[in-house]
Amino acid sequence: MNGLPFRLAAVADLIPRGATVLDVGCSDGRLLRHLRDAKGVDGRGIELDPARVSAALAHGLSVVQGDADSDLADFPSRSVDYAILSETLQAMRAPARVLDELLRIGRRAIVSFPNFGHWRVRLDLLLGGRMPVTPGLPEPWFETENIHLCTIRDFRALARARGAAILSETWLAGTRRVRVHPNMRADHAILLLGSADGR
Amino acid sequence: MNQPFPHRSLRLPADLRLDSGRILPRPTIAYETLGALAPDGGNAILLFHALTGDQYVARDHPLTGKPGWWARMVGEGRPIDPARHFILCANVIGGCMGSEGPASPNPATGRPWAIDFPVITIADMVRAQAALLDSLGIGRLLAVIGGSMGGMQALQFASLYPDRARAVIAIATAARHSAQNIAFHEVGRQAIMADPDWCGGRFLEAGRTPSAGLAVARMAAHITYLSEAGLTERFGRRLQERDTLSFGFDADFQVESYLRHQGMSFVRRFDANSYLVITRAMDYFDLAEPHQGSLSAAFRGASARFALVSYDSDWLYPTSESKRIVQALVAAGAHASFVELSSPHGHDSFLLDSPELNRLVDGFLRAVEAA
Repeated sequence: MNGLPFRLAAVADLIPRGATVLDVGCSDGRLLRHLRDAKGVDGRGIELDPARVSAALAHGLSVVQGDADSDLADFPSRSVDYAILSETLQAMRAPARVLDELLRIGRRAIVSFPNFGHWRVRLDLLLGGRMPVTPGLPEPWFETENIHLCTIRDFRALARARGAAILSETWLAGTRRVRVHPNMRADHAILLLGSADGR
Repeated sequence: MNQPFPHRSLRLPADLRLDSGRILPRPTIAYETLGALAPDGGNAILLFHALTGDQYVARDHPLTGKPGWWARMVGEGRPIDPARHFILCANVIGGCMGSEGPASPNPATGRPWAIDFPVITIADMVRAQAALLDSLGIGRLLAVIGGSMGGMQALQFASLYPDRARAVIAIATAARHSAQNIAFHEVGRQAIMADPDWCGGRFLEAGRTPSAGLAVARMAAHITYLSEAGLTERFGRRLQERDTLSFGFDADFQVESYLRHQGMSFVRRFDANSYLVITRAMDYFDLAEPHQGSLSAAFRGASARFALVSYDSDWLYPTSESKRIVQALVAAGAHASFVELSSPHGHDSFLLDSPELNRLVDGFLRAVEAA
């Protein structure tokens, strides 16, 4: 998969050739680079860390230093085919508002997030009686940036409440795909969203 | 200031029509180059200098003997490298380092233009440099790059000539002068004009120099180039070559002595009327104004990749202004990148040792060259 981490490769699989993309929290631009080189995708990114922005620039990408919580307003409506938020929704101060912005900027939105309904998480809390620490969510509660964790079912409910249609779901456990009982068995999920009115 | 020094220059083949409606008859443009122009012309970089800069960007200044103003960025093995790039930097019109300015002779009278030199704009400066490119046979540039007023010129260049540069780097700059920016410049201009040696602008013919006024202008402006934290770190309340307060008005504090030195060394190399003309051009700058106030309209059709850089301690052209420019570029559909770098040194950070800036410019340029 061209050195792309498994979960990012699963996101890349959802993007068709020649699409335009905004990757929110794009790090050093590894997904955008892969999409550009493998699929001719015209991509832009937002990233908080200036050193990562510099690294992305050195790869010929256009990346704006910024914060999904406050800087998405700068992007025009319907300006890209896909607005992507990989594994950062749960760290947002206002995830619902960020989701609204993704659905405004992109004709489609792709959101990937760790599933707090995974059986390890449930078991950890049930048996240990303490905030879960799992391979997928390794930091203790007082150090984690993940302030808004959710389950797959939680996210579906939010997406529908925000007027989005769920076009596809990809369920992952480690480096495998999950076929059944995702809310229990998947440690990560990737949801492809569109407008409820089908535009 | 009317040095007989032989700056490298050429006279433009045509008159320059200015935004004011006045004509500058075949102005002289002084410039320096480094490196060799590639056969296809694709390695040319035009650098724009800031308010008190000039064309001596990398090599030691022929008048002051000091290193070029951006020797940290431009030179062998640096991000802008004469081994790879053809590097061009011109003194702005209105300047005093060989380009047509208030100290140059007015062709109509043979005497210095002085206060009769037309009020110019940033766009006028840029059109003069585009005419220089034409004269030198340089078509599409690899990049236009500048900081502060140089960044204004880079943005103005991209707006006037949307296809003429593949990359635009604008550092610590603004798309318009704010009320605070104008206010500080007005203090400087009033200091110059209040100096009796300014002689109503005709000090050159009177054989005098408004040193005190120009020095005060420089001192006030210099404070805006620094930050409170930077000044505190460098000077604090330390006294200058004394152990106790003088209870007088000598330069008791190191920061006073430093500013006085900055003021005095500036008047030796800069023309007071040039300072008036160039600060006025900056105050008049508002890239959106000719586009019914829409900054994104100013960038419509821009084909270049843009990189904007701000510094967190720069209160002269703060990060919010760079973000406003990026927002307009994004809205215009341009390829725009933006980074806020961290430095305690305020606006001047881009001229100082800034490894992050060097890394960014190097990576960005190489990516554009490879594309």
